[in-house]
Parts: sequence; C-alpha cells; structure tokens
Amino acid sequence: MNISKFPLAKYIDTLLDFLTDHLAWFTKGISEVMSTGMDYAVDALLALPSWLFILIVAALAYKVVGKRMALGTLLGLCFLENLHLWVPTIETLVLVLIATIVAVAIGIPLGILAAIFDGAHRVIMPLLDFMQTMPAFVYLIPAIPFFGLGPVAAIFSTVIFAMPPAIRLTSLGIRQVPADLVEAADAYGCDRRQKLLKLQLPIALPTIMAGVNQTIMLALSMVVIAAMIGAGGLGGEVWKAIQRLQPGKGFEAGIGIVILAMILDRFTSKVGRGKVAE
Amino acid sequence: MDSSPEKIVPKMQVRNLYKVFGSAPDEAIEMLKQGAAKDEILEKTRQSVGLADVSFDVYDGEILVIMGLSGSGKSTLVRCLNRLIEPTSGTITIDDCDITRLNSEGLRNLRRKKFGMVFQHFALFPHRTVQENAEFGLDVQGMEAGERAEKAREALKQVGLEGWEDSYPDQLSGGMQQRVGLARGLAVDPDILLMDEAFSALDPLIRRDMQHELVELQDKFKKTIIFITHDLDEALEIGDRIILMKDGHIVQLGTAEEILTQPANEYVSRFVESVDMTKILTASAVMVRAKTVAYPKDGLHTMLRKMRDVGISSIFVVNRDKTLRGLVTAQACNDALKSGTKTIDDILVEDLPTTTPDEPVTNLIGRMAEANMPLPVVSVDGKLHGVVVRGSLLAGIADGGFDPEVAMENCSDEVAQ
Repeated sequence: MNISKFPLAKYIDTLLDFLTDHLAWFTKGISEVMSTGMDYAVDALLALPSWLFILIVAALAYKVVGKRMALGTLLGLCFLENLHLWVPTIETLVLVLIATIVAVAIGIPLGILAAIFDGAHRVIMPLLDFMQTMPAFVYLIPAIPFFGLGPVAAIFSTVIFAMPPAIRLTSLGIRQVPADLVEAADAYGCDRRQKLLKLQLPIALPTIMAGVNQTIMLALSMVVIAAMIGAGGLGGEVWKAIQRLQPGKGFEAGIGIVILAMILDRFTSKVGRGKVAE
Repeated sequence: MDSSPEKIVPKMQVRNLYKVFGSAPDEAIEMLKQGAAKDEILEKTRQSVGLADVSFDVYDGEILVIMGLSGSGKSTLVRCLNRLIEPTSGTITIDDCDITRLNSEGLRNLRRKKFGMVFQHFALFPHRTVQENAEFGLDVQGMEAGERAEKAREALKQVGLEGWEDSYPDQLSGGMQQRVGLARGLAVDPDILLMDEAFSALDPLIRRDMQHELVELQDKFKKTIIFITHDLDEALEIGDRIILMKDGHIVQLGTAEEILTQPANEYVSRFVESVDMTKILTASAVMVRAKTVAYPKDGLHTMLRKMRDVGISSIFVVNRDKTLRGLVTAQACNDALKSGTKTIDDILVEDLPTTTPDEPVTNLIGRMAEANMPLPVVSVDGKLHGVVVRGSLLAGIADGGFDPEVAMENCSDEVAQ
C-alpha cells in the first residue's frame, strides 16, 4: 500500500498564487484606498478630545438604552482613557465598524437571496458551514499576499469570519415569516419586491438585527486575532504583551476589548428589540 | 340543478376544475373521470385529489357559501379561484377573462383589482397599525397615500372600528382583529370577496354578531362574497346559495331551503339531520348576551335604572372581570329603598341555578320550564358568558341552530314579566 499524498496544499497554493499574480494590482489598490480612509476615520475620531467623545457616546447610550447603560459606558470609557489605551481603542472601534459594515452590506443581500431562492440556499449554507468551522487563523495567511500586512488584510479576514451570522439570520428571519401572512400578501397581489419590503424585511428585522449583533461580536474577536498580521489597536497591545511576556499589560488591553464588546453589544441588541416593541 | 336567484350572466364561471396534488396528475384525472374514488386513486397512483370536476357559477351580489368538512376541498377550491393554488385543469372565467391563462403579471393585477380575501386566522400584519393593515391592498395597488388613507378609514368605519386606527392588531380582541381583516378586504372595493373560514376562530356569540353584520354589509353594498365554512348553521345563516362539498366533489348546490328540504343524497341528509338534534346543541348555542349587568359598586338606583332601560325585572351582578356574583330583582330593590337600605348585600341572591356553556340543550328544557328567571351560563372559572331564556331556548331548538334576532325579541318579553 503506497498511495502518494494528495497534494491539496500545493493545489491551493497554486490557485492562490495565480489569483495573487492576476488580482494583486486590484486588491492592493483597494488596500491603499481603504487604509487611507481608515487613517482619516481614526484621525477624525482622535481629533475630538477624549472626554468629549466619551460624553457623546454616554449621551447616545442614555438616549438609546437607558440610565444604567449610560453610566456603565461613561465609567468603562473613562477607565480605558485612564489606562492610556485610548488610541488603540479607537483604532479597534474603527476596524470593527468598517468590517461590520462591509460584512452586513454583503451578508444581508446574500441572506435575502438564500431566503427567496432555494437554489441559493443550497449553495450558500454549506459555504457558511465551511467558513465558520475553518479555524480563523487560516484566513490570515492568504489575506497578506492580497492586501499586504496591515489593517486592510485584517478587515478582509474579519469580514469573512464575521459575515456568516448576518447571512444566516437574515435568511432565517425571512423564512420564519408566518406562511399565512405571506399568503395574505400574495392574495392582495404583492410582487416580490413589495412582499420583501412591506412584509418580510419588517417582520424579520429583529432576527436580522440579532445577526448584525453577532457579526459585531465576531468581528471584535477576529480583530484581536488579526493583530498577528498588523491590525493594531487593542489586539495589537495584547499581541505585544504576549511577545514580551507582560501578563499585566495583556490583561489591561483584554479588559479594554471586553468593555468595548459590552458597549457595542448593548447598543445593537437594544436597536433590534426596540423596533419590535414599538 | 340550477338554482340561481335570477337568470343573469354570472360574475364568475367555474368549469370542470380539477386539482391533483402530486407529480403525475394526468393519470389521476383520468381515473376520476372514470369514477374512481379519492382513496383508491391515492393508493394506486400516490396522487392526492383536491378537487374533482367542480363547476358552478357565482352571481353578482350574492353570498355563495362553500361548505364541507375538513378535507372536503373547500379551502383548496377558494385558493384556486385566485390561483394561490394552481388548478390542475379547468377554467375560471371572470368577466369574460379566463384567469387560468393569465401570466404572473396579469394574475397580480387580477388579485389587486378583483379580489379581497379574509382569512381564518386573520393574517393581519403585526408591524402595521389597524389603519395600515386596512390600507394594505391599496398600498400594493400603488394608490397615493392620502387617498388610500381616506378609503381605509371608510372601510374601518363600515366594520365599526372607528377610533382604533392607530392601534396594533395584537392590542385587539379576536373579533376586532377579524373586523380589521374584513376592512382590509373591503377597502380595495373588490368585485369578489373571498372569506376562508373567516369566523371559525371566533367565540360563538361574537361569531353570530359577525355573521349578522356581514349580511347587513352585503345588503348595503351588494358585494359578491364567496364564504367558506365547515359549519352548516353558519352556511344556512348567511348563504344565499350553498355548495356542499365532499372529497373534492360538489355534492349539492342550492339554497338553504333546498338543501334542508330536498337533500341530494344520503350524505347531505345525514348532514342536515344533525341540525335538528337538540343533543348536539349546547347552552352556548342558544344563549344570548345578558342585555345589561350590574356591578357590585352600583347603587340600588343605578340598578333599577339599568333594569328599566332595557325592560327587565331582574339583573345579574358581576365583578369587573365578569365573575358572576348573584342576582338582584327589581322587587327587592324597591323594597330595600323603601326600608332605607343602601347596599345590595342584603338583597343579592347568591345561590343561583347556573349552567355551563357545553351543557346539552336537552338537559336545559326541563329546568327552563320551571324557572321564571333567565338561566345564567357560567364557565368553569365562574365568568358569566350569557343567559338562556325560554325564548332563546325555543328559538334555538326550532331553528336547529340559532336566530339571535328572534331570540332577542322573545326574551325581552319574557324577562320583563
């Protein structure tokens, strides 16, 4: 018995090399534009004095969620500022928000497709299983030849890692719209667009928002992993602490991520539920 | 058997409609034409027969009731009429247009303009207000906002929901929700209103009210209504003509009277027989709503006025949650006032004979013969559902079902005694 090893790795490398050779000019271009954009976004947010930024976020928290949330936000962000983690926090926030916007912008339309067309559903769902079970680190490797080291490569792998819940829950939310409501919409002569806009999306909204919330949380966890390819931010601080064996510094940055995660989670889960309660 | 009220051109003609669920319907249709039964076809071809050779006309301004037990194909039939379910073969003609040939755009236009539909479980849109629900059909038609708001308000007014425009469906009771469903159907001013078991999910009393209101609305607006039900009483109550279905076939088509007096076959006569059986009628079927009730906090003068207003000689006292407390008679009230008592505690008769909603009518006859008071119908949790008076009981038995109007007249005489 001597069956030679199937050269899967070689094939994948060849494919990726081919893609890099022919697409790198394009992806590198995107990378340039995006990293410039991100720098501007980070600079703009850092141009605000940190106390003003904190007050604005706390006020928003008060308006959207409530008093306790506002207080928690205020304390949490002041603590981060006190730990001298303000700049990495803002960097991480921008990374997460951009990755989420891209993931949602791609994920929701794909989710709608998967909900409406069974064919699309059959193709997309196994792909999502693949995307979600593949260890997150693996996405980092091909991101580098396409986008170069740095935050854009991090966003690319983050988008891939964080997109599945947005697709899944959009599709689920639409498919869960009760059949008798869909029948009523049909009986009154809705075309597909009307059915989607007047019935399916509004009813699926809480589920879709739960998907967006999940996407943000996954993006946040991936942004830390992506520090290994130069994402910077709070993940970068953790990564530095690992390399220098400084557990204290590592925990500081780790707690920063937890605080950021809690604030983002409360905001988005409230937005999802708030709409239903109306 | 053509029993149309007048010889006029039908609004809608259904001819030789078949619906077979399955992948190879042709074979099943062939077998149906040779007279095979539904079960036999299912066994031999694994095709399930929904409709078999259904033909009938619908005339302008009539209420046509399609009735049958579950599985008889009535829901399939109504959905074939606007092609929510595609018929396997046959034609459906509305105003000289064979709608089975329409493409998807033509079909959408047909549904928008010609049909309104009311559903068994209401199917209201939970994210839209009552007003927005009523506007739905017009919204889909692309009508401009101001105009459609106006028409929807008009429709809501017709069904008695003025003032509820800004509520959401889940804030309304079942009966009110179905009024919204009805308003949604009426707002588009359809040629034909399809009502699929529209009142089946409602409480018996509300259901009777709705049946009456539907008949009134139809008298006023001369809508063509196709009404699906599994309840023969309901069919007899509202139908100008009735189609009785079994296993996807039409068993009989005729007026209520024709169905009752000249049943087409054994199946129909068995169906109709049960109508007259007092055993299957229950207290809830012959009760009427108490005309007025008093609350424990009401003073004696208030109670007397309430009784005088509706002309009765005794009044039931209930808590706010409708739990029955007892009964106060006008006589006792007057006596108490003369002797200077102000509270009801002394004159409240708490030990009353009562009955439950599902008590068979046969058991009530004897009890009602002796009593000169209305018999309260009280559910297990102690709440007052309605009252049985001699008039409503007799009317119920005589009609084999119920005619609230007659019952109301009778009972007002009697309770006033």
